[in-house]
Amino acid sequence: MPKIKMPRSSPSLDMTPMVDLAFLLVTFFMLTASFRQVEPVVIEAPSSIAEDLLPENVVQVTIDKDGRAFFGMSGFEVRKNTLRQIAEEFSLKLDEDHYQKFAGMNMFGVDTRQLPQYLMLSESERENLGSKGIPYDSTNNQLKTWIDLGRREAAKEYQRLKEEAKERNRPFKDDGLRYAIKADGKAPYDKVKEVIQIFKDLNIYRFNMITNVEEEPKI
Amino acid sequence: MAELNAGGGAGHGKHEKKRAKKLSTRVDMTPLVDLAFLLLTFFVLTATFNKPKVMDLNFPYDKEDANDVKSEVRNGITLIASGNDKLYYYSGGLDKDPKLTEISYKADGLRKLLLERNAEVVSQIKALGEKAQKTKMADTTFKREVVKIQSFPDALVVLIKNDDKAVYKNIIDIVDELNITKVGRFVVVDDLDPKEKLMLEQIKTNP
Repeated sequence: MPKIKMPRSSPSLDMTPMVDLAFLLVTFFMLTASFRQVEPVVIEAPSSIAEDLLPENVVQVTIDKDGRAFFGMSGFEVRKNTLRQIAEEFSLKLDEDHYQKFAGMNMFGVDTRQLPQYLMLSESERENLGSKGIPYDSTNNQLKTWIDLGRREAAKEYQRLKEEAKERNRPFKDDGLRYAIKADGKAPYDKVKEVIQIFKDLNIYRFNMITNVEEEPKI
Repeated sequence: MAELNAGGGAGHGKHEKKRAKKLSTRVDMTPLVDLAFLLLTFFVLTATFNKPKVMDLNFPYDKEDANDVKSEVRNGITLIASGNDKLYYYSGGLDKDPKLTEISYKADGLRKLLLERNAEVVSQIKALGEKAQKTKMADTTFKREVVKIQSFPDALVVLIKNDDKAVYKNIIDIVDELNITKVGRFVVVDDLDPKEKLMLEQIKTNP
């Protein structure tokens, strides 16, 4: 009886296309990734059916469940320039290092006078120190100063970009500054009201409330 | 797989000629694939795809404009949010001595009430939506038409108030329900009328 010869197939297969694909995907995700920064507080925003996306150009005030306020704004240069104005206003002594650190920070919540020390801490040290929030009571309304100076700098930057686009004959995305409020669902409405009042005092009445997504129910 | 053989072993004979060793061009790619997929997994998991979603909310101007024409409200509800997720409402103006009633945030509470009171607008917007789908109406036109329907004199007008014990979630929940039930005219008011405070006091002590 003749032996049945099993066809010998090599267990190795050509992995080149797989590697190609894997690296293509890696490249894609690497280039599109924007890393979430460490935020000084955890906010559990309430959910709504709203589907509009947060605009590019925003000043954002975050309120946590104890009513502490945090300030943040978009734009590297805008943040730097805002800090320059703030340093003048509060007569802080800052160097280039401070500005660089601040420009890379998307949100903070400390008393403005403590900001220089706070900026020089490492991320873990900042976490340990905790944040007391930016004061916004009527006697010491630092939040108002931040919002006011921030929007001025944002407007300047907006104007500059517009002119630059015009000079080079490029299309300009007309995306004005918007004001976003992100508050914890458990934050007392009192506190949110106070913050909104600050905006109202600056003649700002239109807000984007950041919420989590929820499916729209059938009616 | 590892085909980069160093061809050692056999061939130590005397007459062996020195020959260039034939190297296989195949390289073991397993570690490469491992690494690629590790990186891929990392980036996929850390990628933040979606930007946060936002809800538009407008607040009324503080200063009253003298030229502001106060239109008569024919179909109005005032909602008052209080602590412990309690919600109360009354219909019509304060001058007509309305009765404060408790209502829940759930679908069979607030949403049912709003749908009943705003039925006309809801059905008209539904009809408009169907029409828009058939005629392939532009998005902006559709939105404009919706606003037009929402500002009919008989459309529901809602005042949102709170007694300082409410939390932020309560207000957002109310506004969300208004958006669901297509109420276009609503406003978040800060202060309670003394009369409303009294009514709240009464309903809390004597529900």
